[in-house]
Amino acid sequence: MQLALFWIFSILMLAFALGVVFLRNPVSSAMSLVMTFVALAAVFVTLDAFFIAVVQVLVYAGAVMVLFLFIIMLLDLRAEKHRKVRPSAWLGGGLVVGGFMAAISQVIAGWSALHHTKPELSDPSFNDVAGVGFTLFRDFNLPFQIIGVLLLVATVGVVLLSRKELK
Amino acid sequence: MPTLAHYLLVSGLLFSLGLAGVLLRRNILIIFMGLELMLNAANLSLVAFSRFNLLPNGLPNYNAQVLVFFIITVAAAEVAVGLAIIVALFRAKQTTHVEDLNTLKF
Repeated sequence: MQLALFWIFSILMLAFALGVVFLRNPVSSAMSLVMTFVALAAVFVTLDAFFIAVVQVLVYAGAVMVLFLFIIMLLDLRAEKHRKVRPSAWLGGGLVVGGFMAAISQVIAGWSALHHTKPELSDPSFNDVAGVGFTLFRDFNLPFQIIGVLLLVATVGVVLLSRKELK
Repeated sequence: MPTLAHYLLVSGLLFSLGLAGVLLRRNILIIFMGLELMLNAANLSLVAFSRFNLLPNGLPNYNAQVLVFFIITVAAAEVAVGLAIIVALFRAKQTTHVEDLNTLKF
């Protein structure tokens, strides 16, 4: 059952990721990206990471993708015209991606420690949000504060960048 | 039951698709979406490692999930700044096609 769910959502995710890369219209790419993120959240649920799954849907499928679509519509992008395809770019890209995939699959196939199934949790009803929250506020309090400052800096930077005339 | 190898393989495939998007597409917004795909592939590996390597008390290693939380936060900030830069670029050059942006080319 778990394996079936894992494969359904993984294949859905990879199919929509293919759509992001190969669709011509930027709006279709962005909608495929939304579906990729939602499917990825479902894969997180199969890993018992409920909090991360919810944050994924809220932040990525919600906020980030709204921003993307907003910019696509602001710039009024049409579907790309067919430009001359450069075979060297496709050859280079295919070579890099294929080599990367070959290297990863070889490492995974040759490492027996990766082939055990999920160990059972000692307490399946343990509150996942509590675990993340305790770790975040007890062990990683300083990085948490710093990330807050980073968000403030990013906000100020965005406001500055989007003013009419850049000085 | 899926094993850790399954998750790492799917994560690697997702990363390769993002990399292919960055290398093959010429629209700067699609390149940006490829970057997001690669970030998410890394998140998937981290969550998988956290679930498969339990702590001695039998619970997932939440350090990895906190790292994923930080990555999502930084990615959100990065998207906001990156899209602002793209808008500024579009105002200056009227294009989002990377081959039209060759001012720095020697």
